[in-house]
Amino acid sequence: MKNSIAALFLFLSSNVLFAQEEIDMATGLRSSGKIYVVVLVLLTIFAVLGLSLFLLDRRIKKLEK
Amino acid sequence: MRKSWWKILGLVMVASAIVGGLLGPVPVLPILHETIRNVYFHVPMWFAMLTLYLISVIFSVKYLNSGKIEHDLLAVEAVNTGVMFCAMGLFTGMLWANITWGEPWPNDPKLNGSAIATLMYLAYLVLRNALEEEQKRAKIAAVYNIFAFPVMIVLLYILPKMTDSLHPGSGGNGTFGDLDMNNHMRPVFYTSVIGWILIGVWVFTLRYRLRLLENKKNQIS
Repeated sequence: MKNSIAALFLFLSSNVLFAQEEIDMATGLRSSGKIYVVVLVLLTIFAVLGLSLFLLDRRIKKLEK
Repeated sequence: MRKSWWKILGLVMVASAIVGGLLGPVPVLPILHETIRNVYFHVPMWFAMLTLYLISVIFSVKYLNSGKIEHDLLAVEAVNTGVMFCAMGLFTGMLWANITWGEPWPNDPKLNGSAIATLMYLAYLVLRNALEEEQKRAKIAAVYNIFAFPVMIVLLYILPKMTDSLHPGSGGNGTFGDLDMNNHMRPVFYTSVIGWILIGVWVFTLRYRLRLLENKKNQIS
């Protein structure tokens, strides 16, 4: 857990470094922390998708027997 | 659960690519801005499609050798799943192109090549359905598939490289060269590619198993 927080911090700090040039990036959104909501939403969708694939797999397995 | 480790691996890899892809550092480039992150999600669709088409060709060759109907079913379901990934690649590409290149379908050799390749594979699926007799259908479809694959490779990966294309990897600059991908991006990108390939293969096996069940049921009734 500690490692992952450190990794997250690293990600963030390197983003700030990158953002010092003039080109517009979504750093404002990220520094306010709200990009994490999007990441969580995507992960939720993906988790449900994966779970449904597993359930489908199991139903087919039952049919095969 | 013993045999499904690779399915879990695929899900975990794509999930980590979603996190790393949205939060990780990317090069700051004009025009592209944050859309450079699309590389993590748009390009793996094509890698998954390519893998599935390759699997399909292998089973088509196997069918011609063995005459086993299972090999024909494997080939067709690999193409079915590949077409699904192709559609996702086309749509995500159109969204991305609209922002960066100004229109969803600029006149680009890679885009037009992919359109022809897509039509070629759709024709494969239509051709199969048009033939009634099982053995004949399997044989003609297998031969068609073996011819379609190299043409698809030429249209998507060779011809665009020989002319100027909007896509990276054309007109002299290398695909995934230092300009469009730096070392922060590479690990996330390859994680995403392998993850999506695994998920694609998983969907393909599910479709094949269903097709096999349907086939058995049809033969009994």
